[in-house]
Amino acid sequence: MNDFAHLLDRLAYEPRRNAKLRLLQDFFARTPDPERGYALGAMTGTLNFREAKPALIRGLVEERIDPVLFRLSHNYVGDLAETTALIWPAPRDLPPPSAGSDLHTAPDEAQVPSPVRERDRVRVATSPEGPDPSPQPSPARERGHVEPYTDRSANLVAPAEGGGDAPAGLGHNNPPPHVPTLAEVVETLATIPKRELPRHLAEWLDALDETGRWALLKLVTGNLRVGVSARLAKTAVGALGGHEADAVEEVWHGLTPPFETLFAWVEGRAERPETLNPAPFRPPMLSHPIEEEADLEKLEPEAFSAEWKWDGIRVQLVGGRDRAGAQVAKVYSRTGEDITGAFPDLAEAITFTGTLDGELLILRERRVQSFNVLQQRLNRKAVTGKLLEEFPAHVRAYDLLTLDGDDLRAEPFATRRAQLEALVTRLDHARIDISPVVPFADWEALAAARADPASVGAGEDADAIEGVMLKRRNSPYLPGRPKGPWWKWKREPHIVDAVMMYAQRGHGKRSSFYSDYTFGVWREAPEGGDELVPVGKAYHGFTDAELAKLDRYVRNNTTKRFGPVREVTHGHEAGLVLEIAFEGVQRSTRHKSGVAMRFPRVSRIRWDKPPAEADRIDVLERILARGEREIAPGAALTETDA
Amino acid sequence: MPTRASDLLTLTREGLYCPLGGFHVDPTWPVERALITHGHADHARAGHGHVLATPETLRIMAVRYGEDFCRQRQEARLGEALRVGDVTVRYAPAGHVLGSAQIAIERDGVRVVVSGDYKRAPDPTCLPFEVVPCDVFITEATFGLPVFTHPDTRDEVRKLMASVALFPERAHIVGAYALGKAQRVMALLREEGWDRPIHLHGAMEKLTELYKREGIPLGDTPKVVAADRKDLHGAIVICPPSAMQDLWSRKFPDPVTCFASGWMRVRARARQKGVELPLVISDHSDWPDLCRTIRETGAGEVWVTHGQEDALVHWCGTQGIKAKPLHLLGYGDDGEAEPAPADAAEPEVAA
Repeated sequence: MNDFAHLLDRLAYEPRRNAKLRLLQDFFARTPDPERGYALGAMTGTLNFREAKPALIRGLVEERIDPVLFRLSHNYVGDLAETTALIWPAPRDLPPPSAGSDLHTAPDEAQVPSPVRERDRVRVATSPEGPDPSPQPSPARERGHVEPYTDRSANLVAPAEGGGDAPAGLGHNNPPPHVPTLAEVVETLATIPKRELPRHLAEWLDALDETGRWALLKLVTGNLRVGVSARLAKTAVGALGGHEADAVEEVWHGLTPPFETLFAWVEGRAERPETLNPAPFRPPMLSHPIEEEADLEKLEPEAFSAEWKWDGIRVQLVGGRDRAGAQVAKVYSRTGEDITGAFPDLAEAITFTGTLDGELLILRERRVQSFNVLQQRLNRKAVTGKLLEEFPAHVRAYDLLTLDGDDLRAEPFATRRAQLEALVTRLDHARIDISPVVPFADWEALAAARADPASVGAGEDADAIEGVMLKRRNSPYLPGRPKGPWWKWKREPHIVDAVMMYAQRGHGKRSSFYSDYTFGVWREAPEGGDELVPVGKAYHGFTDAELAKLDRYVRNNTTKRFGPVREVTHGHEAGLVLEIAFEGVQRSTRHKSGVAMRFPRVSRIRWDKPPAEADRIDVLERILARGEREIAPGAALTETDA
Repeated sequence: MPTRASDLLTLTREGLYCPLGGFHVDPTWPVERALITHGHADHARAGHGHVLATPETLRIMAVRYGEDFCRQRQEARLGEALRVGDVTVRYAPAGHVLGSAQIAIERDGVRVVVSGDYKRAPDPTCLPFEVVPCDVFITEATFGLPVFTHPDTRDEVRKLMASVALFPERAHIVGAYALGKAQRVMALLREEGWDRPIHLHGAMEKLTELYKREGIPLGDTPKVVAADRKDLHGAIVICPPSAMQDLWSRKFPDPVTCFASGWMRVRARARQKGVELPLVISDHSDWPDLCRTIRETGAGEVWVTHGQEDALVHWCGTQGIKAKPLHLLGYGDDGEAEPAPADAAEPEVAA
């Protein structure tokens, strides 16, 4: 378990994807089964066991540590699991060699030839050398000063004051505690009754090192944030045997921790595991963006089919029959997360055997609602009847990967599309419809449709359209993001001119650059006049050369520092205007301005523009109001005064 | 009238003052007569009239501030009793950095020990701490919370070397304070068998040379040449903490940012500083050693100079030891205490 914990600790600090991958590969390659399989389970969120409540952990630590010291420590560290891991009084089997307790046996002392020491040894040779655990008289004490203190201190038995300050020598007569493996921890947690949890937890905490305790506590409280995606962990496993992550993805949903058949397969020791899941996830095909119209000139319009790009979330609906012949229905997110539980209304509609790719949308009276509305349905823990009624989920289908046991992915898009249309017609279900084809003769016609979807049949759904998708008619369905067959051509984003207010250092390669910028727009100040209010944060959209220039600007115009954050000059006269592109605006209680942008990025740096001419909050309020009209149909459109 | 501890030591604007001896200990302002525990800039300042310190500390001060850092200097030899005014003072090793010492002040059988900064963990670059029994023990509390238990430094250095083995194409940039920590990291690396050069930021050079002259073997420690930075694949480079996030560190090949400090024990601290490989190596006592040291001195009274004093004062109370915080200002900018090291503490800036 310690080894796994050290991996997690390192991953949490490592910002680079490739470095994380190497750390993971290194771990999987040198760690035996079933330990590495449970580690993979922990990292992909597939372990199942009883979780411990924070109160239980607090109780365990308060049995061992002075409550005042614990409170001061918790205030300082902030995190309960980390405070507990740090403060847990681990029994030390052997005290480390340190000055003042075993000077004469410390190997460092004996082996490192240091003239300083040699010289001092000569010089202080007449005084008693380094004191022992019970204080020896110092040179000054030789003159016969009474020593009431020495006795007291020598007799003191150290109570555990935390931080591993166990009396030296404890454990000399005891065998060293058994350090649990992750496999033992997971298997025990899955089987023991609740009342035995505290005892096991305390034993493990006694045996693990600090990092091990930290990871254990995060694991048992269900708060293990790993710093790697499930996808990256699968990529690392696949790489053990030269397989792509998608190949792992293909077999993944039939497998459970500790994944021994998976490791045996990637290492070439066994056949590919047979997937037992009758409704498995299949990695989706993704598109590349068209950055500018010039990109289109290289493509021939007649080779492509176009559809609207809907502003929802990508899902996969999978239906199958289990061994008993019962229908199994699954809804997966585009990363393969099983979200069936959150969408029972969609699962009901999966009456077929096959794999359908589409966009999850909220439809009211057949009208597609904006992403703002969809967000009300997402991120809800409890799926109530009211929620299902107010936010009915739909899938707008655009591809078919398998049907009735046949894998269609090698077929050309046109063939799959024909089969998809036939399936959706046959299903005739209110929850599933088809993503219509947008007819176009040439790129100019498509550009016109993209600019004004309502004019080419999108009608009132136009607000939920974020651009067009281009799919090569003869392309097979390829998992991942192959370059060429699929393109997304988004609508022009919203643009606002904002003023840089704060800057923060980035991560990884950018860790020494101020690359994350908080920007604000003008509004009326409560005390009169105008003030800048922060509305968002952007950290991309500029080139490396521009970043170097921005970084220099931040360093030369810093007014205050708050840890890693710098405040930069911002006012009517002085300050830097950033043109920010973004996809939409949502109401936010976290931001002082009350609004939050979606996907903000720097589209231009306006070195030329005076900050007084930056935009006002009204621009964002108007975009927000349009979205809110959809959330609460009929509500009056009012300008909020924020 | 019997001597009381308060006759031996009181608090003034400049810091701790001995009225009977007519001297300050580690004053934060220029004074007539100063006794210095160690060479860190927050304890050893330039501009005093008369300075008494260990020979190593005097040489460190001369390197940092120039030969004229005070009007008159006097060497204090460890263990030797010296008469200063109406008191006897005696220096004993503190185990903090090269030349660091505790100062025992005594009269009529009453003894106060000013420990300065100290640690009990082994350090190949300085003499080990020596317990001096006393009536009043004056301690720091930089890591005065039970969450601070420093791990074995050998494991931390192995962590660094394992990372270099796993990422042989990347430079490992280790932030470490220029006096003490940097040389300790070098010595620990040598103990663990690292025999390749250890590259140094310019700010490390003079003090590292001094350590070598004092007889600490640190091996080959070339100064980083600006033009060569891009070629230092798999190198270990030691720089002051302030340079870790500086323009200077950007030119190394895909650098791994490491930081050698006791603060690295707390993950949020490490993350806040943008550290990718935290190395928990401290030149201060951790909590168990603070407690152990207080007990071993047998002191009936403890004064806490700086750091996390609340917890330590509370703990003393539970042990039946009288304790009070001194709230001394101006200590703790040796790269381990808050706030982040002041730029003035770097020798090339100060010089």
